[in-house]
Amino acid sequence: MQPAEYTKAVGAGATATTGQEDGWTEIIEPRTRLLDLGLKDVWRYRDLVMLFVQRDFVSTYKQTVLGPIWFFIQPLLTTITYMIVFGNIAKIPTDGLPQLPFYLAGITIWNYFAQTLGATSTVFTANAAIFGKVYFPRLTMPLSIVISNLVRFGIQFGLFLVIWGYYLVSGNSLHPNLYILLTPILLLLMGLLSLGLGMIFSSMTTKYRDLGMLLGFGVQLLMYATPVIYPLSRLPLKYKPYILANPLSSIVETFRFAFLGSGSFSWLNLGYSTAITIAVLLVGTIAFNKVEKSFTDTV
Amino acid sequence: MSSNVAIKVEGLGKLYRLGEVGTGTLSQDLSRTWARLRGKEDPFAIIGETNDRTTKGQSDFVWSLKDVDFEVKKGEVLGIIGRNGAGKSTLLKILSKVTAPTTGNIKVRGRIASLLEVGTGFHPELTGRENIFLNGAILGMTKAEIRSKFDEIVDFSGVERYIDTPVKRYSSGMYVRLAFAVAAFLEPEILIVDEVLAVGDAEFQKKCLGRMKDVSDKDGRTVLFVSHNLQAVSSLCTHGVYLQYGQVKSDGEINKVIQDYSGDKGVKYSKQVKIVSEGKRAWLVDVKCNSIDDNDFKSGASSLIEIDVMSLEEINNVNIGIGFNNSNDYRVFTLYSKFKSKSYNLVKGVNKIYCETSSLPLFPGLYNLEVFIGSDYETLDYYDKGLQIEVEHNFNISYMHVDSTHGDVLVEQNWK
Repeated sequence: MQPAEYTKAVGAGATATTGQEDGWTEIIEPRTRLLDLGLKDVWRYRDLVMLFVQRDFVSTYKQTVLGPIWFFIQPLLTTITYMIVFGNIAKIPTDGLPQLPFYLAGITIWNYFAQTLGATSTVFTANAAIFGKVYFPRLTMPLSIVISNLVRFGIQFGLFLVIWGYYLVSGNSLHPNLYILLTPILLLLMGLLSLGLGMIFSSMTTKYRDLGMLLGFGVQLLMYATPVIYPLSRLPLKYKPYILANPLSSIVETFRFAFLGSGSFSWLNLGYSTAITIAVLLVGTIAFNKVEKSFTDTV
Repeated sequence: MSSNVAIKVEGLGKLYRLGEVGTGTLSQDLSRTWARLRGKEDPFAIIGETNDRTTKGQSDFVWSLKDVDFEVKKGEVLGIIGRNGAGKSTLLKILSKVTAPTTGNIKVRGRIASLLEVGTGFHPELTGRENIFLNGAILGMTKAEIRSKFDEIVDFSGVERYIDTPVKRYSSGMYVRLAFAVAAFLEPEILIVDEVLAVGDAEFQKKCLGRMKDVSDKDGRTVLFVSHNLQAVSSLCTHGVYLQYGQVKSDGEINKVIQDYSGDKGVKYSKQVKIVSEGKRAWLVDVKCNSIDDNDFKSGASSLIEIDVMSLEEINNVNIGIGFNNSNDYRVFTLYSKFKSKSYNLVKGVNKIYCETSSLPLFPGLYNLEVFIGSDYETLDYYDKGLQIEVEHNFNISYMHVDSTHGDVLVEQNWK
């Protein structure tokens, strides 16, 4: 009786991680399916995701005097710097928009991407100690980062809305339109893209630390390849295809178009960004799954 | 019935690469991928060897575990024993899903929680209360479960006064207490425990061992326990698995397995120390600790310790010192030839020096030896790390169930 069951279980194990038909709740094996994200497992650990988010917030601002006010200070100071350097010294045009909402819009959404990517890309190396001692779905970590950055974005977005509202009421330089309704989709794309890229980078850096180096300044350089500090419309034609090849470009551009009413919008470009996002997410998932099971041996 | 089986391990193997991971890994990865694409076996897995760390292997790859098979029944407490480097931790890591096996599989019935360490994920800036929730969730509890046990956890830890203070202000003892308290209230079907009990004060250790016994006795849960503390293993476990060089050497009833383990000659001393002779006139070659009536080094038995010293020339007035340190590196006692005004005149070649004690005053367990060879004016040779010996259980003396709360020293005693 034993041997028959035995072979059956082995046969089942090759294709599925849960061999329910034999009453086993779990089978630990060398390799899992490439695309299995284990979302069911993540759902069971949803409390942990929220606790990680809470930990991020509480620990960041403990023992600071200004506390959460730092959320506002950072984008504001960055915007002012950009206004001075790019707006007034380099005189890069802003599509006829007031500089403050123009830069703030770009910075707010760019920050969401950059911070999420920065944090997810070190998930394995930064948490090696915890990951090496206890199992919980590894995905909870990058997910919690995406969520806590989303909250952070929400706060900074609030700041943007206040300034945006002020300009809206005081003049008619801004022309928001119905594409504003696309905002949740833009955020989703941005979040998934940074999650996907972050998963790729974090998986690779467990073995090859070089990538961590690359990412540090890479994100900074990428900002210049995205219409954050300049409008897409003022780009010389020969550069335009390259900038549009960057999937982030149309997301940032659409965001600014929807709220400020200048620039351009194209379903084609946004569709391209969506396609790239899905591809990146797919590759990221595969890489993450491959590494998550044995990275403690190489990290 | 096979449904009584909680864990079934089949043909489990784990390959590790020794040395530095860095240069060469990229090319190895590529040839590995190439081999897999052609449907061939991993070219580096073939040359792997069993893991005997005392001999220098031929290849950079080593099987930390190889062809491990065993079963654990529901409600059973399994003790996993073996020398350092036998593969115990690797096995636990695979069971805890921290790392994946290279070959084979483990089938599990029920939810697993593992304690390879207590306090994993504690954040120094968070308060005790916040850390209880965070740590509990990392270990697999839901927020509601933790909330319902919160008072018990705080009570068990005994740090109620500090519960709203960041844990970075805790003493290390308080920190461990709180960490263990969270773990102690986990309620999985299968609990995996590493030697985490080695921490904390004696009273707390006792509480923890008691708590573990409760978990298996009253609640009928399956427990896997890994420890060097043979006393704890024999009192807690019903079933044992003895690992040697990554393979199952013995599997069965706990006392039989413990006897197999302590009866294994030739693996008695773990010499993690490299004997260095360079630049020395005389050096330690070997230490042998035996009881007089047989080869075991037994608690309470009259014992003979042999120190072999290689000398390049004649050296007069040499003293020998042997310190016995417990696992916390506290000196338990010292054998020093000078105490007895005895010194040795070394001759060229190997000198065998013996020290006899009528009754070895140590409880069973692991001890580290500190060996000194020298005169009043110079140190010829000295080792303070890596010479580990194990004092075996002595079945002639009924000191059953001695654990570390009883101290290290066995005193000759007569009760009237």
